[in-house]
Amino acid sequence: MSDTLLEINNLVKHYPSVKAVNGIDISLNAGICFGLLGPNGAGKTTTVEILEGILSPTSGDILYKGQPLGDQFRKEAGIMFQSTALQDYITVAETLKMFARFYTRNADLDELIQRCNLTDYLHQDNRELSGGQRQRLLLAIALVNDPDIIFLDEPTTGLDPQARRNFWELINDIKAEGKTIILTTHYMDEAYTLCDEIAIMDHGKIIAEGTPKDLLAKHFNDVVLQLPESVMNGFDLSAFTAHSRHGHVEITTCDVDEVISVLIKNNISLAQLQIRSRTLDDLFLELTGKELRA
Amino acid sequence: MLLNRFLALLSTRNKEFLRDRSSLGWNILMPVLIVAGFAFAFSGDLGNQFKVGVLNQHTATAESQRFLELRHIDFYPVDTITSALSKVQRHQVDMLFDAEKQQYWINTESPAGYMVEKVLLGVASQGFEKQSVSGKQIRYIDWVIPGILSMNMMFSALFGVGFVIVRYRKNGMLKRLKATPITAFEYLSAQIVSRMMLIMVVTAFVFYGTNFFVDFVMNGSHLSLFLIFALGALSMISLGLVIAARMTSEETAGGLLNLFSWPMMFFSGVWFSLEGAAPAMQAIAEVFPLTHVTAAARAIMIDGASLLEVGYHILVLLAQSIVFLALGSWYFKWD
Repeated sequence: MSDTLLEINNLVKHYPSVKAVNGIDISLNAGICFGLLGPNGAGKTTTVEILEGILSPTSGDILYKGQPLGDQFRKEAGIMFQSTALQDYITVAETLKMFARFYTRNADLDELIQRCNLTDYLHQDNRELSGGQRQRLLLAIALVNDPDIIFLDEPTTGLDPQARRNFWELINDIKAEGKTIILTTHYMDEAYTLCDEIAIMDHGKIIAEGTPKDLLAKHFNDVVLQLPESVMNGFDLSAFTAHSRHGHVEITTCDVDEVISVLIKNNISLAQLQIRSRTLDDLFLELTGKELRA
Repeated sequence: MLLNRFLALLSTRNKEFLRDRSSLGWNILMPVLIVAGFAFAFSGDLGNQFKVGVLNQHTATAESQRFLELRHIDFYPVDTITSALSKVQRHQVDMLFDAEKQQYWINTESPAGYMVEKVLLGVASQGFEKQSVSGKQIRYIDWVIPGILSMNMMFSALFGVGFVIVRYRKNGMLKRLKATPITAFEYLSAQIVSRMMLIMVVTAFVFYGTNFFVDFVMNGSHLSLFLIFALGALSMISLGLVIAARMTSEETAGGLLNLFSWPMMFFSGVWFSLEGAAPAMQAIAEVFPLTHVTAAARAIMIDGASLLEVGYHILVLLAQSIVFLALGSWYFKWD
């Protein structure tokens, strides 16, 4: 029996003035975390909203457990939108109970509250929650029906680094339970840390797909040397593959020793030299020509 | 399960409304303030002019003409004796005078009627036939209260449902609910029932609270009045659903809700009788649910009318509710 949980064939969504999704195919096995990445306007939110059953496609098939999206999917899917308002004057506990009553299958609410670290805010009005508390509540709502598939749309946008790390731990816990996760994010480190597979979208199409490591290995065999522009003293870099980025010069090379010896010969200080492997940020930039966090 | 989902939405919506103190307070306070304002405005002796309804004014006898030429009496023409007589019974008119047949009707319990009769007999003592009617005085406050209760219900129904749905659509709450097994029918039913419950409780509170201070006339059945208000609330909530079915802008929705509510407030017979109004205005008023709630509530409260006697208004409200509900549900969009 196939492990495929979600199968998308030739998905198309056209608006009168734009082709938002232009024929994409995705096959998702159960139990993986799948990351959908893309610059603004790439079509990833439209794609995810079609998969969530919020938008209707212009054409194409979506099969969940071998069946078109329907009642079973709505009962077994957990969704965390990027921005969802919660009802005013209602407490965290009441919100969770309301959503729980929408479903026949429920997660253990006490356990969920503990896991999402909501115990201290249970009787707090939704309006009084901080950004992190609010995201944890939205995640708890997405998990309230003990879903088989979970959609997380930019779940850590706007959170501070500490809150993001905490959120990642939560998502890793959920992964460990064998749930299938579809994650859209602007953060490449997030995608690299959490996703088993990623797809990069641009102009409504998937332009690269695979595990983060495979994609990096496929596209890069070099490393990046970074130095502050201020220490370069007008040194001519035309002999190297180099460019400026965020106040630094980045030299891309397969031969680190050669580059370093040239820099030393030219009296360039290496005190602030950093050498890093290629990241998903680089891959994204190479494939789309755009910086993701622009 | 359908019931469980419905009850979850209903109870949350009720809590949300009851905890929103400013909204709740305004819903209760506004009609009380209006009634208090009117009670205060009409509490003094403003009747410095007698009011006489005149039948057959154009064919008045010479004897009648002498009476009609008197100053400081407001003579106004009437067409039918029935409605004019009920006004005499309610002390809204001091005398009904038939200028051709030289007959007059006064309310034996009305001091003003007694005074006008003395004036009539003083200037034209010969050949006037007296007819007596009786009835408790209906003050303007008694007449206007059914309209104020209905109007308050209208604002609560239109803005309480219409505006809230648009706000939830705009901020993504409806989109979130769409991603659950909740159906549009369950969601809309919960909104309607929640608002109806709240409207009926608030209306009852305002009704009995105001009556405690103003002691207005209530000649009909409380149950009949309850049913009329419930039907009126359903009809106006459904109208709110139609207006809010697809809108995503609170500003546009607010404008459209005002576009419906303000003409209804002025042209549904809440503040003044539509009798004698231009036929076009009467035709427009006929379309408004508020016209029928007000007319039926007024007939029950003042005339003690039965549900059968206000059957026409019930039928219109029922038909409007069905049409608005069908239209609102069919046209409804989550996002």
